[in-house]
Amino acid sequence: MNLVAEVVIRKNNLKSLSHILTLVKKDLLLEIRQQYSFYGILLYIGATIFVLFVTMNEPETKVWNGLFWVVQLFICINAVAKSFLQESKGRILYFYSIVNPRDFVLAKLLFNSLFMLLMSLLSLFLFTLFMGNPIQKAGQFIGLVLLGGWGLSLIFTFLAAIAAKAQQNAAIMAILGFPIIIPQLLLLSKLSNSVFSFSTSIALPTVLLILALNILVIFLATILFPFLWKD
Amino acid sequence: MSEPKNYMYKSWWKILSGVLLLYTFAAGILLSVPRLPQLQETIRNLYFHVCMWFAMMVLFTISFINAIKYLRSNKLIYDIKSRQYAVVGIILGLLGYLTGIIWMSYTWADPNNPAYASFNSIAREPKLIGAAIALLVYFAYLVLRDSIQDIDKKARISAVYNIFAFAMLFPSIWILPRLLPSLHPGAEGNPALNFNDISPTMRLVFYPAVIGWSLLGVWIATLKIRIKMIKEKIIL
Repeated sequence: MNLVAEVVIRKNNLKSLSHILTLVKKDLLLEIRQQYSFYGILLYIGATIFVLFVTMNEPETKVWNGLFWVVQLFICINAVAKSFLQESKGRILYFYSIVNPRDFVLAKLLFNSLFMLLMSLLSLFLFTLFMGNPIQKAGQFIGLVLLGGWGLSLIFTFLAAIAAKAQQNAAIMAILGFPIIIPQLLLLSKLSNSVFSFSTSIALPTVLLILALNILVIFLATILFPFLWKD
Repeated sequence: MSEPKNYMYKSWWKILSGVLLLYTFAAGILLSVPRLPQLQETIRNLYFHVCMWFAMMVLFTISFINAIKYLRSNKLIYDIKSRQYAVVGIILGLLGYLTGIIWMSYTWADPNNPAYASFNSIAREPKLIGAAIALLVYFAYLVLRDSIQDIDKKARISAVYNIFAFAMLFPSIWILPRLLPSLHPGAEGNPALNFNDISPTMRLVFYPAVIGWSLLGVWIATLKIRIKMIKEKIIL
């Protein structure tokens, strides 16, 4: 009896895993077929950083740090907003009939995380290229950028789901998201202050705290999304 | 209405709230307080300023609980409750800022500078930022609600946001004070709850004051809920 139950559970887990992977693959395919949105974001990153480059030359490290995280925030809103807004009503209904909402939201979170990680790395490269490079510990800063991009993408993916359900544009995402993201941005910019000199070391408890916050967001998203989804 | 005589229609806790608040005003102004060099008599503001924030958090928590209840039952009454408690919580938060401004103008503000000039250094206070986050979250909650036409959809989506935001709000209120330097008393946690923070006589007034103000907030919210219930009688 136990064995049968275990097999069923394992089968279900495998099934939902394959569902998630299929959904991620579908998003990836869409991204490849409709390349205009991908290039749109690339252009957004390039243009934003270029505007900063033109309006200020070689900012000091504190300003550099602040600007970098604010730019990350705006890139994230633009990159993630479309994930739910692009889905038409008919398509949502179709997904509703074939997949579990939990798998659906996990797939979106996974895809947006990967997408945002890529965009973060790209914007870091452009930022150091145009705005000067004050970073002393490159490896640690890259790690922080990935961690920060991941956290931002998780929160804004869920808020994009809310905004899409409310049939609103990306502006309401910013209103809903800014107060929630403030502590995380503060933590990140505090942490990244330590990579500008060799004398200070990175605070590991803070890194773990951000990780814990991210896990909390995933947890909340999987619990709350099923309510959002049914009409 | 499914439950006929619940707490909203009982009178004992409303009387209790009135008695406690009368006591707060009388004892808060008459009893002696320790004279600290910086604070002097302004320390009496503790019975009003800190209580506003306590009452605000109590009301936001009730709003959060009602949002959960809504998602579990789909009864619109919980949505109405959730919204009204959030609104009264916002009002208490604004009053908390107001009493804070009065207190701050005697203790923190530099008398040689105009208030406008010292604003940006004072506003970087972690407690102020934490409170601002809480208020922004609930303002966003109200904007989100009003942007949706369909009643059930409005209730469901705003309940989801309420739960998500509340769950993210609490960690931030604990994290922020440990991140930024602070002038505010009780930087390491909850001001005035710590036993070293306030004298025993002040505690005699402070605890009843917290309960009194919270009950008053709940009372105001229940009045708003009852008005709303009469207005929305058809859909309930």
